Amino acid sequence: MKTLVYVDHFKGVIQPASWEALGLAKSLGMATAVVFGAGLDEVCKMAFEMGADEVLQAEDAALVDYRPEAFASTLASIAAAQNPDLILLPTTTRTREFAAMAAIDLNTGVLVDLTGLASEDGKLKATRPIYEGKLVEAVVCSGKPVIATLRGRAFPRPVRDPSRTGTPSKVPAKTESPTSVVGYEVAEQALSVSDASVVVSGGRGVSNNPALTPPAGLDERAAEIWRAQQGFKLIGDLAGILGGAVGASRAAVDGGYVPYSHQVGQTGRVIAPDLYIACGISGAIQHIVGIRSAKLVVAINKDAEAPIFKVARYGVIGDLFEIVPALSEAFKQKLGK
Amino acid sequence: MKIVACVKQVPDSEAKVTASGGQISWGESPLVINPFDEYAVEGALLQKEAHGGTVTALCIGPESGKEALKHALAMGADEAILISHPALESLDTQAAARILAAAIKKIGGVEMAMFGRQTLDNGSGITAAQTARVLGWPMLGYVGHITLDGGGVQAARVIEEGRQNVKAPLPAVLSIVQSIGEPRYPSFIGIRRASKATIPVWSLGDLDASAPSVAVSRTDLITPPAREITCQVITGDSPAAIAQTLVEKILAEKVL
Repeated sequence: MKTLVYVDHFKGVIQPASWEALGLAKSLGMATAVVFGAGLDEVCKMAFEMGADEVLQAEDAALVDYRPEAFASTLASIAAAQNPDLILLPTTTRTREFAAMAAIDLNTGVLVDLTGLASEDGKLKATRPIYEGKLVEAVVCSGKPVIATLRGRAFPRPVRDPSRTGTPSKVPAKTESPTSVVGYEVAEQALSVSDASVVVSGGRGVSNNPALTPPAGLDERAAEIWRAQQGFKLIGDLAGILGGAVGASRAAVDGGYVPYSHQVGQTGRVIAPDLYIACGISGAIQHIVGIRSAKLVVAINKDAEAPIFKVARYGVIGDLFEIVPALSEAFKQKLGK
Repeated sequence: MKIVACVKQVPDSEAKVTASGGQISWGESPLVINPFDEYAVEGALLQKEAHGGTVTALCIGPESGKEALKHALAMGADEAILISHPALESLDTQAAARILAAAIKKIGGVEMAMFGRQTLDNGSGITAAQTARVLGWPMLGYVGHITLDGGGVQAARVIEEGRQNVKAPLPAVLSIVQSIGEPRYPSFIGIRRASKATIPVWSLGDLDASAPSVAVSRTDLITPPAREITCQVITGDSPAAIAQTLVEKILAEKVL
């Protein structure tokens, strides 16, 4: 089977699930990595080291900024020239869009956010969670190529082999798009909650530290946000020690404590970390749905009746403002940091 | 400014969804407007309030889909259209996109078509982009803020890395996210108006369309095994002692 793997990156920072897609492609046969943008030497080198049999680069300054129409047309034109059986992409906000648009151009279908994909008698059978993970569906695509995006951390990541090298080939870029990019406001968190293997999250409870006295002159709401931000610093410290990301419940996002990009749960993200630590999160159904795929859930909450304890393997009924710093200290010692 | 908000009807988030014999059921739980689509309706209403115009809610579905449309009407949409036909029962996203594009063309003069970022049921989150591609309109995805100026739209896209600010000419397709603002609750007057509204039903014939062919099809449904979790509560004499025990437990799970 011949597979094109789109390596998703933002200004050279690669979405790690791209390599999981590459590993899957290798297990199915020949894997060709596809890279868009400019100044791609490092990304191409990495693609070879991660196992790509060949690397195609659509090098064009007009593909540095993501614009869906240009990316869709470039992908569709590469597919038309290469005639692959399968195109794999990591699931990101970008790939959902332009893979779906390329599918219209190629008159085929897209299998989105897969957690399983295997070849059975030459036919690709995929599985993906639906209804917020309450069910899993098996799906097939009758078009060619099959286009599929993979959920992050659902497939094994290949081991990097620095001795593998190669020379990328150039392919034409299609740069026409009605959209122009005005600029960026970059989030302060480099590692997103969907990519992190550890997520430490805070909820409403993070704003309830009675020991803190907010600076004078803040109104009630500003004082609440100030308190919460002090609490999120503790959560950030623990996440940092564990090499993880900071998550938040909807209550914390709605309260203005942290930006929306941190939100875990129904209207935020569904995540699958190895370790999820919920601090001061009561565990509304929408939040619990968002962490259903976490391998190990730990909850810290002063309310013993909080529903989060029903999905947690370990729980601490106590004050997060005491427990979280103590955890940071204990992990620091154990992990030798 | 004519704006279309595309909505879908889905089982409520709190429903216990099960599968048996290839059929999905959600017990006694109600069907509701897809919660992500409420942001699309809210985004459309905000633009209507700022610039004048009308909001048309559009839904593909069975007769019950009218209830989702009534929710949009109660929020403040001016009119609603249901697209319904037995051949539209198991569409994939690209087939749905072709039908929605045909309906948006038939409505005529539409300058913005707004979608939620994904549905609660299938959750692919790609129908908006495919509708844009079929229409040949710009696609602005994951939009958290909209400004209109001189025939164009400027939008803040909420992406993994932060915000990307883009602009594009109209007409355009937008998918709307939570940053747009919390969806308003239907007012009493709105609910009364919606309950009296007559919602036209368009069939395939009304769109001069035949049933679109489907590329993606479901072959099986699996109910994931319920995870048996019993929470072990960690106790100790001091926060440090609790932390010590908890760290040992976590490390023993070998997830780090």
